[in-house]
Amino acid sequence: MVQSLNKATEWLNLSEISANRWPGKIKVRCKQDRFICHMECDKSIVADVCNWLFSELDYSFASLVVEDLASEQLLTYIFYGGFGNGLICVSYRISNSTTTVPSISNLIHAVDWHEREIEDLFGLVFEGHPRLGDFVLHEEWPEGINPMRADFDPSNPYIHREVDPDWRPLRIVQSPGAFMMPIGPVYSDFAESAHFLLETVGEDVIRIIPRFFYKYRGIEKIAEGNAVEHVILLAERFSGTSAFAHSLALCKAVENISGIEVPPRAKALRIVLAELERLRHHIGAIAGICSSTAFAVATSQASILEEELLRLSGVLTGHRYLFGLNILSGLSIDLADDAIGMLAKNLRGLMVELNKLKKLLYFSSSFLDRLEEVGAVSLEDAVSHGLVGPVARASGLLRDIRKVLPYSGYEKLDFTVPGEEEGDGYARLRVLFAEAEQSVNIINQVASSLPPGSVNAKSFRIAPGEALGWVEAPRGASFHWIRVGEDGRVLRYRLTTPSFSNWHGFHLAAENFAFQDFPIIMATFGLSNAESDR
Amino acid sequence: MSKWVIKGLRTGIKTTQYPRKMETASGVSPGLPTAAKGTEKEVQELVFNCPTGAIERSGNQLTVDYNYCIHCFRCKRGSQSPMGWDYGYEWAANTKDSGANRGLGSAFNRSINIRFVDGGACGACISEIEQLNKPYYNMHRLGFFATPTPREADVLLVAGPVTDHMRLPLKKAYDAMPTPKLVMAVGACALSGGIFGPSFMSDAGVSELIPVDVAVPGCPPPPLAIIHGLLLAVKRKSSALLTSSEVRG
Repeated sequence: MVQSLNKATEWLNLSEISANRWPGKIKVRCKQDRFICHMECDKSIVADVCNWLFSELDYSFASLVVEDLASEQLLTYIFYGGFGNGLICVSYRISNSTTTVPSISNLIHAVDWHEREIEDLFGLVFEGHPRLGDFVLHEEWPEGINPMRADFDPSNPYIHREVDPDWRPLRIVQSPGAFMMPIGPVYSDFAESAHFLLETVGEDVIRIIPRFFYKYRGIEKIAEGNAVEHVILLAERFSGTSAFAHSLALCKAVENISGIEVPPRAKALRIVLAELERLRHHIGAIAGICSSTAFAVATSQASILEEELLRLSGVLTGHRYLFGLNILSGLSIDLADDAIGMLAKNLRGLMVELNKLKKLLYFSSSFLDRLEEVGAVSLEDAVSHGLVGPVARASGLLRDIRKVLPYSGYEKLDFTVPGEEEGDGYARLRVLFAEAEQSVNIINQVASSLPPGSVNAKSFRIAPGEALGWVEAPRGASFHWIRVGEDGRVLRYRLTTPSFSNWHGFHLAAENFAFQDFPIIMATFGLSNAESDR
Repeated sequence: MSKWVIKGLRTGIKTTQYPRKMETASGVSPGLPTAAKGTEKEVQELVFNCPTGAIERSGNQLTVDYNYCIHCFRCKRGSQSPMGWDYGYEWAANTKDSGANRGLGSAFNRSINIRFVDGGACGACISEIEQLNKPYYNMHRLGFFATPTPREADVLLVAGPVTDHMRLPLKKAYDAMPTPKLVMAVGACALSGGIFGPSFMSDAGVSELIPVDVAVPGCPPPPLAIIHGLLLAVKRKSSALLTSSEVRG
């Protein structure tokens, strides 16, 4: 993994190999300059093609996009990174009346939740998937009503069905003395809504069955039919703690479709703000880890830094969570030179404090006892479950979108992707600290040579088409797929978020540990349900 | 461990003086637009650009409904906007339903327990509420405490538009609270559904389901605005207005 990341990119001759392997069943179009490859294949070979990319060519699964077009349905599996790097879209078409499609989650486990989600929202049954059913939509939703279908009216609340009073969630552990401990959806002090069923026979948690999507707001559906400018507001607000990253991914996708040129100054400032957001998120996550171990002094120290960054963001941009900044073609405001100077000066002071905190934490044995060898995820599991971001990097999976699919000018910067091997809570904490340091390093590099000029284009036209936008959000790789229609309105918007990818692998870390480790493991993952549920 | 004690002492007091004195540090609030007058063209453009309909016009006068403002800054940025801007944070207001829940008596003035329910908030509101428990805002000094159970809660803090799946848990939490009790809606989503509701999956705010006593506008409301809301709940501060209709000098 480490090698493939740093190796010089080499674009494989994919079309030749795949044509020889599946003659007559696959059409490949590669855009050499942009490292995007489209493979249109037959339904019967899609599992083989995806497996080939994943197992042999070392690609990672990014997203599964289903589109309910007027005359047919289009399924696209998107892969990124790996040997040769770039993006690969494997797609196939089925008729509107088709309701069963092949499942590939037995080959690529990362696709599991995507298939479950699509079964709920589109009513497509993935043949061979062992656990389809209530996932995004809970038991009170009538079967057969699929909100992502084109003919579903999203403007009105839906009439629910009566839930069978004897309904109980699925139980897996069957042994004498086994019981189920429910946590949520309303729990802890200020936790997000989510539900966990912990199956146990005493002290240790044997199985974890998460029930999410309490916060499902149907962003993908309510985006449809709206102007792109409106959808940017949705991208910004569905996960407020990573607003800038997500709005950037969407803007990049639309800019890509319409060929909108982003001025160099806007590109550079986008990096500054994205890294500022990452820094704030990571320090918030560190505060969360300290708080989960009930370490009050350290929590306070980290929280002070977090609030200072929030205030700094407020002073620089007017908004503490960087809302309202990304617009098509750039940014809505420019940062003055003295503002950049002030930012650099503040970050210097902040780094001194952060390093002090780090040193103190790394030498507090009572704190480390709660993290070391707790919630370990192996590299093998991280790869098979498609984990992303700091969580994956703590297990040795060093895939960072800023390196494998550089955007907005990251390719010109000198920074490292910190990684650890152990995959435990302590490794995740170390990765957070190291990434925070890298973010400051990146901001300093960009700020010292900011190009002059404007930060947005005065006029541009939104063209129809479809594209993928990607970004390394604070919690990991994020992919925004968008299809814009002739009138400039959004026809399909697909969001794949790092929290969604990583919650899928959360049980790997939390199973077979004691109850009291559960909140700590959760804090070291540092995930957001708003980001996952959408 | 002694190092931590020294570190803590060296840090000194970071906590804001509010409500004893107004907070003057910068970056504590994103501000809110205020009523303005403009030319026909400006007025038209501002009303058209407001994505949630928070800005309304009568003649060449613009008013702002804070239930809907989501801090998109579209009325502030761009060409020469006449929009006024309030950089304060004392935004919390009583609603028309205030008193429907038999509000807290004077016995609660010095101490209340708060239960938070996330009705589908984006994380920014939750993050701002979390700040209340942290050194810069530290709500404990004011007698406000978070409680893990609604059974001992006096104030229910709700953020988010109330999603379909959170309707039942929210109703259950509300019903489990003993009277007298108060409901405080935090953020534009909780007040009006914000950018998400009403839709097939979100309500148009908390008041669709349970009566709301105190509304805190903002997207997200800064911690000081939420503190103002809590102080308003126990009548230690007075209510602001949820609309801005008078042009300030």
